[in-house]
Amino acid sequence: MTKQKAFFSLSFLASLLSILFLVSTAFGLSDAYKNNIYQPGQLKAIDSKLKVKLGQMSPDFTLKAVSGGNVTLSQYRGKKNVMLTFIPAAWTPVCSDQWPGYNIVKDLFDANDTVILGISVDNIPTLYSWTNQMGNLWFPVLSDFWPHGKVAKQYGILRSDGVAERAIFIIDKKGIIRYIDVHDINVRPPLENLITAVEKLK
Amino acid sequence: MVKVRYGISMMLMLMILLSGSIGWTASLPAVGGVFPDLSPGFSLPKPKDGVVIIEIFSMYCPYCQKEAPNVNKLYNKIQASPNLKSKIRLVGIGVGNSAYEVDVFRKKYSISFPLYSDGDFRIHKLLGEPRTPYFIGVKINPDGSHRIFYSKLGELGDVDKFLDEMIRLSGLK
Repeated sequence: MTKQKAFFSLSFLASLLSILFLVSTAFGLSDAYKNNIYQPGQLKAIDSKLKVKLGQMSPDFTLKAVSGGNVTLSQYRGKKNVMLTFIPAAWTPVCSDQWPGYNIVKDLFDANDTVILGISVDNIPTLYSWTNQMGNLWFPVLSDFWPHGKVAKQYGILRSDGVAERAIFIIDKKGIIRYIDVHDINVRPPLENLITAVEKLK
Repeated sequence: MVKVRYGISMMLMLMILLSGSIGWTASLPAVGGVFPDLSPGFSLPKPKDGVVIIEIFSMYCPYCQKEAPNVNKLYNKIQASPNLKSKIRLVGIGVGNSAYEVDVFRKKYSISFPLYSDGDFRIHKLLGEPRTPYFIGVKINPDGSHRIFYSKLGELGDVDKFLDEMIRLSGLK
């Protein structure tokens, strides 16, 4: 090995280790879940190919709600803006500390005529047990379990291992997609980004 | 060969510096120990011969939300006591919360004590990644040194009992 090669190899190793230190942990965790959270470790940031784009009509869907009954996206057309929040999986670290934050800012969404629909590929019983730990969520939580991940697939955010991306779609009253954030699965999207996006719909 | 050795030394130094600046995952604050240096972003208040109570919270944490009124009650009790007001400081650190998110929490629960943002989890990591809410009590000695006398996960419980415990464990007069 030449001296230059040795130097570059060491530089690469140092950079790699530094990145690993940086990303080794990137989430907090409420004690509400006790020791029941599965730690998936650091995952590939994004593992899907988006099938929708800004300005297009949102693909419609009907999904079962944890609270009972069905919810259809187009039922809000002409009435409310809709923020779709897909989370990868119940009982995992970042997801468990995401919707409870939205739960205390209903007023900010109300002020911008926006409803939230939480969506996960988990089945209803799992989502029921999990969301019960969050307190009473004011927005519907929908199961995209069967056919598995059909809606996530429609939007192009179903990962190769069958879970959804951590993704946000904001849809205006006409049904047009106005904001897309397919976020790094390991990190929670900052609330200010979402509130700014819904404020722009006015 | 000398240059290669020099390169290795430089890389090792760089790694040490980088790891120091971003923080290795530490252990949870231990009773009897010293509160870690969390600067920049947070400086431990130093009320002379007093006590600092630090709440580690997140606006995304349901238990922290539920606990917020109780923590406010604790703060109000401290503020209402002429003896404790100048001796006990209460502060909160929102782990993984941006300044905006901390502000949402502050407004939602009308919190009057200082709250700090730890948006990138740097402080969280330096504190050993506690689950939330987590409370740490630190006694500031007359000579400016300090020691941790309380470090515990979970809610405060009864505010009066908690305050009595803070006074007893810290030896506050």
